[in-house]
Amino acid sequence: METYLFYFLIYPGFLFAAVIGAFLSWFDRKITARVQFRKGPPLLQPFYDFFKLLLVKETILPARGAKGVFLAAPVFAVFGATMAGVFILLPLMNITTGFHGDLIVIFYLLTIPSLTYVIGALSSGNPLAAVGASREMKLIMSYELTFLLVMAGIIIKSGQSIDLYQIIQIQREGSPFIGSFSGVLLFIVAIFCLQAKLALVPFDMPEAETEICDGIFIEYSGTPYAMIRLSKYMLFFILPAFIIAILMNGIKLEGIHILWAILKLLAVVLLLTLIRNTNPRVKIKQAIRFFFTWMNLLAIIAIVLAIFGL
Amino acid sequence: MGFKTFCFKKSLWLFHFGGASCNNCDIEILACLTPKYDVERFGMVLVGSIRHADVLLVNGSINKKDKPRLLEIYEQAPKPVLVVAIGACGCTGGIFAEGETFAGPVDKIIPVDAYIPGCPPKPEAILAGIVKLLGKN
Ligand code: SF4
Repeated sequence: METYLFYFLIYPGFLFAAVIGAFLSWFDRKITARVQFRKGPPLLQPFYDFFKLLLVKETILPARGAKGVFLAAPVFAVFGATMAGVFILLPLMNITTGFHGDLIVIFYLLTIPSLTYVIGALSSGNPLAAVGASREMKLIMSYELTFLLVMAGIIIKSGQSIDLYQIIQIQREGSPFIGSFSGVLLFIVAIFCLQAKLALVPFDMPEAETEICDGIFIEYSGTPYAMIRLSKYMLFFILPAFIIAILMNGIKLEGIHILWAILKLLAVVLLLTLIRNTNPRVKIKQAIRFFFTWMNLLAIIAIVLAIFGL
Repeated sequence: MGFKTFCFKKSLWLFHFGGASCNNCDIEILACLTPKYDVERFGMVLVGSIRHADVLLVNGSINKKDKPRLLEIYEQAPKPVLVVAIGACGCTGGIFAEGETFAGPVDKIIPVDAYIPGCPPKPEAILAGIVKLLGKN
């Protein structure tokens, strides 16, 4: 019992994922600044932001919203991110072997943060938040099918295994999945799904700052917004970690392999950051078409290739 | 300086309220965010929603139409919030002070923590003002 609590709350769950995620979000901001020839924020900036929101700022509740749901939504977002993080990181870091079928549980848990953002935004009663929420819902519907197809491709490549631990082991014995044609296609599709899941720039229309003023988060302030930030930090770590687990043969935490693990993580985050810095925001219609047509097509091609063992 | 004030000062998020300005101060504020001056070094970012703001930048003269809006914005900001009046218009009313529709400089309407005079103030002056504001309390 104590070990499980430790897993969930400290390592590799809540605390660990939050701290690493905060550093990664600093990395993202720093790279963004460097791309724009700026100097960028100091290393501990995500922590300052978080503690400022948590400790200093006042929490304002919307007068005409559903206050309970409004406050509960960020808590559930953090909860969903923590659960998904634990189930991804335990097999990835070789601590336990996970359970049978955890890939599917992870898939569902990873949608919880986005769903709770939608619920929180709609309960705030703000029209701009409602616009953001409707966009986020459309976005979820468009990338989720694609993400499921990526999972299907992984399951076929690993010989019908739905355990994350086994998928990592199969890659360790053979070669990482990304080293094949279908693997590369799946990686491209997965990166775009991540971009949409993290609401980074080509797909950040739910919180489009310049047109709907932070959209789904417009009414959040103080502690609830700190929780939302926290869940965002955690997702920034666990989603790239998930990609590394399913496509890039996981990580090993011993000796020189630690360096490899960090490099892999930074490489995936760097890719996400560069995509976000070199693209304009698309309309929601374009995003839906992009996922429904092109990404699904790419994923299906990858699956067909995988069935033929390429 | 306690941990709370330290975190607050390290992460000031800006919200920009433009009154009836001649649009020049707005541009100088935006210049602070560009690569040359880059206020993100100090942890400052421009946010879209007043609910996330720590600093309310007010520029331009406040006329009768602006006044209720400025009050509304100020009341919606989660406290503590710092108010910075930018430009001669924000500080005193400047060339609009005698105008028909003028409703008083910013500090007649909401409490102001820092004044940055100039018409328009240079980005350097705005940065200097913000640095002074950080050193104040
Ligand atoms: S202070 Fe000068 S530059 Fe600024 S808004 Fe007023 S008139 Fe324009």
